Amino acid sequence: MGTYIFRRMLWLPFILLIVSAITFALGRFGPGDPVELLLGQYSNPAVVERIREQRGLNDNIALQYGRYLSEVIRGDFGESFKYRGRSVADLLKKKMLVSAELNIAALIISVGLGVPIGLYAALKQGTWVDTAVVFTVLGWQSVPVFLTAPAALLIFALHFDLLPTHGWGGFFDTRIILPALVVGIPGVAFFTRLTRASTLEVISQDYIRTARAKGLPELAIRRRHILRNSLIPVVTILGFSLAGLAFTSFIVERFFGIPGVGNLFIESIFARDFPVINAVIIVGTTLFVLANLVVDLIYPVMDPRIRLGGSYGAE
Amino acid sequence: MARSDAQTGQILTGERSRSYWAISLRRLMRKKVGVVCLAVIVLMYGAGIFSPLVTPYDYNDQDLSVSKQGPSFSHPFGTDRLGRDIFTRVIYGLRTTVIITVVSLLTGSLALGLTLGLLSGYFGRWIDTIIMRVGEVTSAFPEIFLVLIIIASVKPTVTGWARVVEDLLGVDIVRLGVVDYLVLSLALAIFSWFGMARLVRGQVLQQREGQYVEAARSIGASTPRILLRHVLPNVMGPVIVVVSAGMAAVAGSEVLLSFLGIGIQPPTPSLGLMMFENGSIAVLRTNPHLLLFPAGTLTVLLFTFNLLGDAINDAFNPRTR
Repeated sequence: MGTYIFRRMLWLPFILLIVSAITFALGRFGPGDPVELLLGQYSNPAVVERIREQRGLNDNIALQYGRYLSEVIRGDFGESFKYRGRSVADLLKKKMLVSAELNIAALIISVGLGVPIGLYAALKQGTWVDTAVVFTVLGWQSVPVFLTAPAALLIFALHFDLLPTHGWGGFFDTRIILPALVVGIPGVAFFTRLTRASTLEVISQDYIRTARAKGLPELAIRRRHILRNSLIPVVTILGFSLAGLAFTSFIVERFFGIPGVGNLFIESIFARDFPVINAVIIVGTTLFVLANLVVDLIYPVMDPRIRLGGSYGAE
Repeated sequence: MARSDAQTGQILTGERSRSYWAISLRRLMRKKVGVVCLAVIVLMYGAGIFSPLVTPYDYNDQDLSVSKQGPSFSHPFGTDRLGRDIFTRVIYGLRTTVIITVVSLLTGSLALGLTLGLLSGYFGRWIDTIIMRVGEVTSAFPEIFLVLIIIASVKPTVTGWARVVEDLLGVDIVRLGVVDYLVLSLALAIFSWFGMARLVRGQVLQQREGQYVEAARSIGASTPRILLRHVLPNVMGPVIVVVSAGMAAVAGSEVLLSFLGIGIQPPTPSLGLMMFENGSIAVLRTNPHLLLFPAGTLTVLLFTFNLLGDAINDAFNPRTR
């Protein structure tokens, strides 16, 4: 187990190295000169040259990348081009927390509603209930957030005046409800379908028939045998689905005026603020890889048949 | 010709033997849902492909005297701020969706994914190791981040090349939006191949040991022939399922990127762009048709893709037969 974690952790720096190299290269060779961005288009060539020298932009590209890497490892992502004088790490820290809160709230909604609905639909397989659930849920999944976000605002905030429209007050504030719902609802569909499919698979297994034949009470079968086994794929996908949610939340942050990473990231892409872009990508990738590692560690707890450390990567 | 287990089973039970494809297609056609979905998708894709023929106006025809009008007989979906016909723009938006989904699935999933999956599964060893490790790395980071940054940083360069080509050929490449289509589809393709490659590899690993492969090899069939004529047809079922699911995902990504202002650029119409321009409470309150028609069209498209994916899964999956 220990060696398994160690081996997986060895992957992390390797992946980060590649990601940082790609983003660094795109930043340097892509359009937009960093100094020009800093000083504006019509600047004194002498000043430009001085700043290039100061920031080491005239050095060998490999040397620049090495310097960038060593700074990143120490947690220093440099200074934002756009927000002059603010360190990227500072800028990100607060916004990441906000986005994380929104995403976790959305994930709770998705899983909390999706799993029970999926289980219920599977146990009622073949009846009209099952069909109705599948259709409703698929329908919900297909409505784009560009429509649900303004529609939710219009209905709940303006028409019925139930919830506030804009702003942010943290996890325990009514302002999180609407955006979390808008991000979480498509996820409900996703988890419903996943749970339904895996439950159907589990129900047809021999051990369920055995459990019934033993005369176990139906409730015990459902809880101990069906639920536990049908949740395995749900857990697997949790890490990945966070990445999907994160992207939806980017757009929802724009609609609801939430000061999260999404807005910052999109702004920096347009402003070619590469220190910020690189930092978001590197931190995001780290979290994504770690989330998947945690998921892998939860597996054996849920399913004793799964042993880690076999041949990693091979299937 | 190779036979799957399901077919062998049918022969044993005395049923007339048909090809895997014929059986699957018949099963799909027996399901009303599947037929309806197929019809809707053919209709929408047909409208997109033949958009100049089926639209009453041009997507850039402006008529400020009829700006922001609701649906009427002359403008079934109403008009936008500049008096452009929304029905026309939605159909042209579908054309964008058609181009992006088809190009990115053909290049990413099918060309790259299928080929690499076949090679990886059939040859194994170092070829397999390299392909799978590269794939794991590309799938290790949240793809949409990189798609965003690739598009944002690569597009201006490609646009520059396109202008050079334009000067040489004298064709309006940039204005037609070719660059947008190309960059967007390929950026999405880079990250969509691995799922397919992994699936095909797993299938090939099973098929490789089959007697029919051994038989083909023993009569001296070449490796490309074995792969393409014998192994490939046997792994197509799951491939179709993944492709139908991938269509919805790619269509959704295109809309998201255009919505963020990074995908398709105006005046080329795209469903995402139309929603980007009109996605606000103010529009929804005063001129809901500006948002509802493009969003509704996308909803119908994604819904049918998802539903069709389920139906195809049922039809092609040998275990549910």
